[in-house]
This record gives sequence, structure tokens and C-alpha cells, in this order.
Amino acid sequence: MTGRRLSRTMRGVRHLVLGLGAVVMLAPFVVMVATSLKPKDEIFTPEFHLLPHRLGAAENYHEALTQVPLLHFLLNGVIVTAAIFVLQVLVNVPAAYALAKLRFRGRSTLFGAVLVCLLIPYQATALPIYILFHWLGLLNTYAALVLPFTISVFGIFLMRQFFLGVPDDLIDAARIDGMSEYGIVWSVMAPAAIPALVAFGIFSVVAHWNDYFWPLIAVGEQGLYTPPLGIAHLKLNGEGTAYGPLMAAATIVIAPLVIAFLVAQRRFVEGIVFTGLKG
Amino acid sequence: MAESSPRRAGTLNVLLLTMPAVLLMLVFLVGPLLCVIALSFTDYQLGAPSLSLIGLANYEEMNEDATVRISVLNTLIYVAVVVPASVALGLGAALLIEADRGLRGFYRSAYFLPVMATLIAMAIVWGFMLDPRIGAVNFGLKWLGLEPLDFLHDRKLVLFTLCGIGIWQSVGFNMVLFMAGLTAIPSELYEAAAVDGARHGPSRFALVTWPMLAPVTLFTVVITAIRAFQVFDTVQVLTGGGPNKASEVLLHTIYAEAFGFFRVGYASALVVVFLVFILALSVVRVFILEGRRPAP
Repeated sequence: MTGRRLSRTMRGVRHLVLGLGAVVMLAPFVVMVATSLKPKDEIFTPEFHLLPHRLGAAENYHEALTQVPLLHFLLNGVIVTAAIFVLQVLVNVPAAYALAKLRFRGRSTLFGAVLVCLLIPYQATALPIYILFHWLGLLNTYAALVLPFTISVFGIFLMRQFFLGVPDDLIDAARIDGMSEYGIVWSVMAPAAIPALVAFGIFSVVAHWNDYFWPLIAVGEQGLYTPPLGIAHLKLNGEGTAYGPLMAAATIVIAPLVIAFLVAQRRFVEGIVFTGLKG
Repeated sequence: MAESSPRRAGTLNVLLLTMPAVLLMLVFLVGPLLCVIALSFTDYQLGAPSLSLIGLANYEEMNEDATVRISVLNTLIYVAVVVPASVALGLGAALLIEADRGLRGFYRSAYFLPVMATLIAMAIVWGFMLDPRIGAVNFGLKWLGLEPLDFLHDRKLVLFTLCGIGIWQSVGFNMVLFMAGLTAIPSELYEAAAVDGARHGPSRFALVTWPMLAPVTLFTVVITAIRAFQVFDTVQVLTGGGPNKASEVLLHTIYAEAFGFFRVGYASALVVVFLVFILALSVVRVFILEGRRPAP
């Protein structure tokens, strides 16, 4: 399709249709930011105007940050998503390497188990894990937010597929140099798999930064709230009509990922397509 | 050094590499899965000191439970609306955006942005936009000369409002999958089609694009359906399943039974139903996954 250009009329039609679509897609973002800048009396008017006449940003953002400890929630989000990703790499990359490049008894059984586990939606295991954590006294801890996601059969599957394409010569050379299998994983395979690791990282961070279901179940103390829990709390327990601060809080919560996306769009889209296999 | 095959690894090495993953798989995936199935045959309540086996009683109760019936029906309606709409719009957006170079990057980002943005935050923004008195959407309706609507409290409307938010959120995801599929179509096919007389949009689409995109389309339909079955965030924060169960969906019912009424046994039986739906779709997905070549 490349290199072909549409006729002038068709170009106009294309912009018209895509432009209208873009308005719908972007409207919530525009309204959110615009409302976060408005003082209260301008939000509750019978007339619609998008841009604020008078800036209310200071009050709204101040309120969003002080009514609940929003910055603390953001920090929790960073801690939890980072811990999940680091542990996912440590746990799943070695297993993926073994499945891709080593021959051992039980390999096909293990890979079969990975494929079967790929089918399990994470909401289905939430109840027993909740009860387990209750027994272990782990509810309301960072561990509760992180541990269930340290195993990622999807990560194993993805990395295995990528490792299959890494030439055996690289591994053999490392073995002749006397490197251990564990050393090979981190000094030979992981560096060769940077694109796959980046894609998996983007997928993992997006999924867990935005996750609401599990944190809602696992955590009840405000000190451990992740950003999605924090904003839902503000909406459900705060003044239902304090839209200015609420929109300010929403802006703050989505800002890190949206900014990262706008800076590195290509990587994000590739990462999501690459990992789009996952439901 | 002496091994016959350099790739035959020692047992110790294999254990070292795979043990953490295997153990965690047992603790967090296989174990809980078996556990939830077992719990579905019990009357276990959160915090109760004991439990007893009650056979199929939970499943029998479910059969009579009007809430569950509404919830399953609503979930199916949600899936039946969101999947075709977001797949078709995703395909349309991909085709239109790739058809020309003007503003391609802008459109691509604009349509993809909702995929990235925290859904629970954007659901709250939608809730504000749909407010019957001060919401932007109703200002729009009024401007068009239409009556304002109470999107989230009207029993006939609420489920479709949630469908709309679901579609808004998943179009971009489907779009990038289709874009990846489009770039994989060799341009020789279009040239060959042109020789055969298919020079214009619709005939090129019918002859080349659509058949070549068929596997991607099937795949997109399946994963969109799986994601749609898992609808929860928007319902929990915007409607709580109401008004009067009109937007009750499966995951929300499970959540309410387990953590609102502490009826873990009953909730587990509902999880089994949820699993059956997802598994039926997932089997298709794995067939497609397995048919794929290793990632490039």
C-alpha cells in the first residue's frame, strides 16, 4: 500500500472520518485536563465551555494531592510495577532459556503446562490466592500486590519463542569459555533478547500500573494503595461532585504512562503488538 | 566437556533454571485453579472456621438465581456488542490511516492513547462526561437539539453506555494488530491484483487485503472477546452493577458474592462458569498461537 496516494477528494474524506474519530478518542483526555484547570463555579454551569475563564488549577491539584496521599500512591505504583517486572525477569527468563535451548527429561511436560496455564485468566485464581494470603498473614502488604504476578507463563512463552531464534553457536562458545548455564542466561541470552525484554517490560508495566481487580481485593489499607485504587477511592468515598480535584487526580494518575507513550510511541506500539498474543 | 551432546544439561542446572518458575506456577496458577474448582462444591464462607462438601448445591442455586441469570446475559450482550464494533472500527481505522501519509502519526497515537491510559481513571472521566446535568456529552446532545440522557442511571441505557466505553478503549488495540497484519501483506499481491483489474479500493480490499487479514481478524476477535468477558473496572466504579442489576456482569457478581457477602463457595462456582467461557475462547487462541512462527 506504500507509495500510493489517494485522490484529493478521498484524502478529504479520510481526514473527515479519521478526524471525527480522533475527536471521540481524545475528548475524554481534553475534558479531563480542561476540567482540572477550572474553578468549581465554572464546572457547574448550565452552559458548556471547554476552556476555563479563570484558572482553578492550583486549588484542584492541591486538593487532589492533599485529600488523599496521591504522590504516595504513585510511589506505591512505581514500587509494585518495578518489583513485579524485576522478579518476572528473574523467575521466567531462566525457565524460558531451559525450555528453548536445553534438553532434559520433562521438558515437553513443562512446556505443555506453560501452554495450559496460559489459558487461566488471573481473576479465576484470585479467590484461592486471597485465602492463602489471609492464612499467611500477607494481605495488606506489598508482597500481596507483587507475588502472584512473579510467575508469568506468558513471559516464559514469549521469551522461549525469542530464544529459539538465538544461534546455538553463541551458547556453545560461552560453554567452551567455561561459563555456567546460569551465566549464559544473563550474559549471553538476555543481551541477545533485549527487544523481547523491552516488549515484555512495556506489556508488564502497562498491565500492572493499570490493574485494579487484584489490588482492590488484596489491599485495604490506604498506605498500600496503587494509583488505580487511589483514584477509585477518591471517586467512591470523596465528595461525588468534586469534579475539579477528581479530574486533576485522574490527570496525575494517567500522566506517567501517557507521557512515556508519547515519548516512545513506536516502542510502545511494537511492544503491545508483539505481546498482543496475550488476552 | 565430556558430554556427548553439548546441549544436554545437568539435572542440577535444569533444576536451578526452572525450579523457581515451576514452584510459583504450582502455588499461584495450578494450585489455585484446582482449589477454586474444589471450593465450588463446598459452602465455604470467608472467615468461617470450617466448610463442608455440598455437592452440586451451588450450581443448582445458581440455576435459580435471577441475579446470576441477568449477570451472564448482560456479560454476553456486552461481549456481543463490544467485539464486532471494536474489531470493525479497529480494522476501519487501520485501513484509513494506512491509506495515506497525511497525519498518519497523529491519528495512530490518538486512537491508541485510550489503550494506554489507566482504565479506572478514564472511566471516572467518562462518568463525569456522561453526567446528565453538567456532562459534556449531554451538552453535545442539547446542542444537536436532542433530549439529555441519563446514561448511567437509565436501566435500558446503562449496559450500552458501558459497551461504548469498552469499545472506545479497545479500538486502538485492535487497530495496531491490524496495522501489523497490513504491513505483512506483500505489495506484489496488490500489483498482481492490479493486473487482474482490481485497481480501486473496494476491489483491492475484497481480492487481497481481506483474505490476507483473515487470520489476524480471527485472532483479534478471540482476544477482544476474552478481554470483553473480563469487564469489571468500569462497572465497579461507575454503576456497581446497577441500577437494579441492569449492568451486573459476571466478574462483578463474583466480586460481590465473595467480598460483599463472603460466600466463597458460591463465588467459586461462578468462577467455574466464568472459566468455561474463557477457556472455550482460549482454546481457539492457543490453536492460533501454536500455528504462529517464532517471533521475529
